[in-house]
Amino acid sequence: MSSIAWFRLASPASFFPLARRLVPWFSTGAALLAVTGLWLGLLVAPTDAQQGDAYRIIFIHVPAAWMSMFIYIVMAFWCAVSLTFNTRLAAMLAQALAPTGAMFTVLALVTGAMWGKPAWGTYWAWDARMTSELILLFLYFGYMALRNAIDDPRRADRASAVLALVGAINVPIIYFSVKWWNTLHQGASVSLTSAPTMAATMLTGMLIMAFAAWFYAIAIALLRVQAIIVEREKNFRWSGELLRWIR
Amino acid sequence: MAAVLEITDETRESSAWRGFAWSLTRDLKLAIRSKAELGVQLLFYVIVVTLFPLAVGAEPLLLRTLGPGVLWVAALLASLLSLSRIFAADFADGSLEQLALSPQPLPALISGKIAAHWMSTGFPLVAASPFLGAQFGLTADEGWLLALGLLIGTPTLSLLGAIGAALTLGLRAGGGLLALLILPLYVPILIFGAGSIEAARAGLGASAQLSLLTAALLATLVGAPLASAAAVRIALD
Repeated sequence: MSSIAWFRLASPASFFPLARRLVPWFSTGAALLAVTGLWLGLLVAPTDAQQGDAYRIIFIHVPAAWMSMFIYIVMAFWCAVSLTFNTRLAAMLAQALAPTGAMFTVLALVTGAMWGKPAWGTYWAWDARMTSELILLFLYFGYMALRNAIDDPRRADRASAVLALVGAINVPIIYFSVKWWNTLHQGASVSLTSAPTMAATMLTGMLIMAFAAWFYAIAIALLRVQAIIVEREKNFRWSGELLRWIR
Repeated sequence: MAAVLEITDETRESSAWRGFAWSLTRDLKLAIRSKAELGVQLLFYVIVVTLFPLAVGAEPLLLRTLGPGVLWVAALLASLLSLSRIFAADFADGSLEQLALSPQPLPALISGKIAAHWMSTGFPLVAASPFLGAQFGLTADEGWLLALGLLIGTPTLSLLGAIGAALTLGLRAGGGLLALLILPLYVPILIFGAGSIEAARAGLGASAQLSLLTAALLATLVGAPLASAAAVRIALD
């Protein structure tokens, strides 16, 4: 592995071709995984004894909720890297991840509301996990709004990185809120320490869908980061060459 | 060669404390001399709290239920309203840049500014809260609990808010953006603060919520001045 020059890839100019090569792999992988996961989830998995077919929304809801939190952690990681090493690419990756994270948060909230109606009889309950997810959405919006409000991209990088790191404190609160407040929301049904309580096909389908969401997030972030690189490095000659290359 | 001042751990520590005390007294002095600003904060709090009975009706039971939440939300909004004052004037006239250049550590100077901000804006709310609580039918014990919760909670609001105020320095988006950045971070304080009175009413005792509020205060007391100083340096670049 030492033959790969990792630090060379920290330069947007040399990362761009790699990102360009990786996007088809991850988007194809995401499509294949999503088709498999949806087939398992919608056609193969048995109907739930209590909830009927309404439960099948977990194949979207749970992966979206996982990704909404996971992407924030990854974003905070790249923000920490960009503050520590003062690298432009890390900040660009964080910037590219934010809209996808916000999209998954909205998806988790909307599918949760759609599932809540048949399961609990209400679209929205002010329970801790839902509320935390909503706050996570505000954190994503705050991050993006702060970025957009600052004209100088380097200042935007660093200011939004500080904000993302402060907000990262919120992500563990989301996770542990299930234990802190005992409310309407059911406890986590997938845990690493005890046997899962759901059927094996349901679990498999859900995990495959989670990987599909993950691959999609990587593909779309790599695609978006290319646009960000071209836009922000437009004053360099190589950036113009990249544009010609895309065409 | 000029004499080089030897910086030991001891001198550094005393310089941090001196910087803290200096910026605290300076900002307090500035706050006291502009009496108009000093009272606006408190009046805003009182007016917002007064609006609620007018909106939802004067049913005593309803007001008693809503009271703790209303008083805490109003405290959050009042805190938000005054946040930009921590740095804005100093940023505009360039003295913030001089503070950043001074030999005293910037986090210490900023801690002094935040402490002065809390004393001039947060503490009056704490003092007024038992009286406003009585208007909402809170018992004397609940009124003291509210004041105690605010006493622990409002410094945390000022500390967290200072980060947002520093991040948005000089931006055109201004106040709305600051609310978007900071209010989500205020949420745990609101939950524990208003929850302390709920817990006391349910007979559970408020010590768990007050402990969590104190934990949040201690954590932000350490972290927020460092984050604010980083944000100020970013804004001044």
